[in-house]
Amino acid sequence: MYQYDEYDQRIVDERVAQYADQTARYLAGELSEDEFRPLRLQNGLYIQRHAPMLRIAVPYGNLRAEQLRMFAHIARKYDRGYGHFTTRQNLQFNWPKLEHVPEILGLLASVQMHAIQTSGNCIRNVTSDPFAGVAADEYIDPRPWCEIVRQWSTFHPEFAYLPRKFKIAVNGATDDRAAIQIHDIGLELKRDAAGNIGFRVLVGGGLGRTPILGEEVASFVPWQQILNYCEAVLRVYNLHGRRDNAYKARIKILVKALGVEEFARQVEAEFVHLKDGPSTLTQAEIDRVASRFDDPVLAPLAADEGYRARLADDKAFANWAKRNVRPHKLSGYASVVLSLKTAGIAPGDITADQFDAVADLSERYAQGEVRVLHEQNLAFASVREADLFELWQQLRDVGLATPNIGLLTDIISCPGGDFCSLANAKSIPIALAIQDRFDDLDYLHDIGELELNISGCMNACGHHHVGHIGVLGVDKNGEEWYQVTIGGAQGNGASLGKVIGPSFAAAEMPDVVESLIRSFVDNRKEDESFIDTVRRIGIEPFKTRVYAERDARKQERSPAHV
Amino acid sequence: MSEIIKNGQIHADEWTVLRLAEGDDAATVALPAGRVIVPLAVWLARRETLAAHADAGVLGVWLAGSDDPASIESDLSRLQLIAVDFPKFADGRGYSIAALLRSRYGYGGELRAIGDVLRDQFFYLTRCGFDSLQPAAGKYTTAQLEAALASLRTFSEPYQGAVDRPEPLFRRQPRPAAQKAQA
Ligand code: HEM
Ligand code: SF4
Repeated sequence: MYQYDEYDQRIVDERVAQYADQTARYLAGELSEDEFRPLRLQNGLYIQRHAPMLRIAVPYGNLRAEQLRMFAHIARKYDRGYGHFTTRQNLQFNWPKLEHVPEILGLLASVQMHAIQTSGNCIRNVTSDPFAGVAADEYIDPRPWCEIVRQWSTFHPEFAYLPRKFKIAVNGATDDRAAIQIHDIGLELKRDAAGNIGFRVLVGGGLGRTPILGEEVASFVPWQQILNYCEAVLRVYNLHGRRDNAYKARIKILVKALGVEEFARQVEAEFVHLKDGPSTLTQAEIDRVASRFDDPVLAPLAADEGYRARLADDKAFANWAKRNVRPHKLSGYASVVLSLKTAGIAPGDITADQFDAVADLSERYAQGEVRVLHEQNLAFASVREADLFELWQQLRDVGLATPNIGLLTDIISCPGGDFCSLANAKSIPIALAIQDRFDDLDYLHDIGELELNISGCMNACGHHHVGHIGVLGVDKNGEEWYQVTIGGAQGNGASLGKVIGPSFAAAEMPDVVESLIRSFVDNRKEDESFIDTVRRIGIEPFKTRVYAERDARKQERSPAHV
Repeated sequence: MSEIIKNGQIHADEWTVLRLAEGDDAATVALPAGRVIVPLAVWLARRETLAAHADAGVLGVWLAGSDDPASIESDLSRLQLIAVDFPKFADGRGYSIAALLRSRYGYGGELRAIGDVLRDQFFYLTRCGFDSLQPAAGKYTTAQLEAALASLRTFSEPYQGAVDRPEPLFRRQPRPAAQKAQA
């Protein structure tokens, strides 16, 4: 992964000093609540239900062992022994004290980490493909480009007080694993007919109250100009985005109001002035940034016979390999996903001991490198096939080998009402109840690919709109209810789910999901996936089944039947 | 008389900012005596009569976040002072307006941030081309303002180019490539 040079280090060190001073002035009463809020938010510090929450940036999801050990240390010393990975590849601590944050930032800086711009109305952490550099379907490695965008956007003086938060994602593989269509700017690396690298630029995607998929504003921006182009987009947004209503302030609303053609025209009018200016990238800079990724030098290996033999005679191992092991661009290697979706544990949560264990295992089997998936799991990018069996056994010992990646129990969930003061309803207990209901592994594997996403309110931190099954917490007269959508999807064919009907009480949710699954199993053709069945037959059959079975359950329970 | 920061130092301020009250007419509102910074609407309504004041260096113009700096493009050479108003410090339009005035329209006179101007934004403001910063009257004591001067230097080598340093770090400083260990 990227190694800081002296300038990178100096910037995070200066940030720690700046934030320590701001915190001291706040505690001394020199900074008002309103004056301090954006400052702490731009350092990832939310004040939530029980305590502050600190969000730490994991740039495009890349971590290394020493950083995980630092998380373990911070979790033990300043938190309650665990952390939480988010849908934007970041890490959150739920219980630090505001007074301790400068100290924590100092520790993070000592391992080339920070919390810069992980919240607030500024350009947020850049996200990307967690399998960048190793995926078999990758055509251009997005990481150097992500790092270039990260540096450009870090403390960008013109764009620190935007109308609303601003998220950029970059993808460089056939499969879109960075969800570029639901970002404010989605950058898709591509080549023109002559083989030159550039970017297709999507603008105006986002979830929240008004979910919208991004639209193309430029089909090809040459790589040299990409920062100039982003600057043009941001300037148009900064000057013209709405500031009167926080719910209408995202760039997606501006793009919709102007129409994408007019928006693109305004960007173009700005871009002509910026084009070829000082921010134009040079080959030397690209090469320099790329050189600072200390990727292991791996030689291809022969496909491992021992691994294949194990697959044939150990069903549990084979189940895990089927779900949690992914192809690698080099023969003899694989990528391994560590599931943070284990029964009884909030999705994305990880204990201090697990941080340490992941650090140790990454050094033993994966060159000390760890990736974060926006589905709230971790991954080792490059593991030798010959090591997979041993790694699996060790992951099992620390509870990170649940063989459910991409299955129904691999649930994405926001913290919801247990932690978040904006919540309408709790999310985590719903996730746990569904996981509990579907604890039969063979059945889960038979159901196949299914993404179930839960958000505790319209802000959509759990990406419910793009879940094959989406669950949204709603408030009905002060009670917690859940609205269900189906047919959403992330990635290349992204789509927004459709509401199936009136909402449900918490206790009903496992039954509702079961009705959806039964309906799917009855209707699917051969090995069709849930989302494909929904797309083929529409939501009606699902809806009918869910509400019919719900009525039947009510009948059964009503006293008339006793 | 309030204090401002100008070119990195504390100065007593000699200008009065005119703000239109409800019912004031830009074309007729009375101007205070002395050096005055008028709203764009007043300038546009009375450019003919006010031009001489501007030329004499006793009249400046301030822009609101919704004002288009292009509307005074042709007047820039005669204005010695332009201010940009921050109704709330978190309203960041003024940063882009400043950047446009400096880099697009080549404005070289004094560029002042007025309104809700706070020390924790000083660094970004000066990077975008403001050379004078006017916190609200009474916001800071002289001692606090002196302490706040340190905020102008929070980051010694920012990554990206901006008005103060147009070249990004990779053009300003030689940044070394990493030595790749041979496997
Ligand atoms: C507990 C404290 C949290 C609070 C107060 C919070 C608040 C918010 C708010 C207000 C929004 C909507 C912003 C908008 O639409 O402009 C939002 C969006 C979002 N949050 Fe959170 N959030 C929290 C935790 C999380 C966590 C833990 C995750 C990851 C699991 C997360 C991921 C996201 C994502 C991905 C979005 C973007 C949706 C979009 O594109 O519009 N948030 N959050
Ligand atoms: S979706 Fe709502 S409840 Fe969940 S974390 Fe975001 S703001 Fe909180």
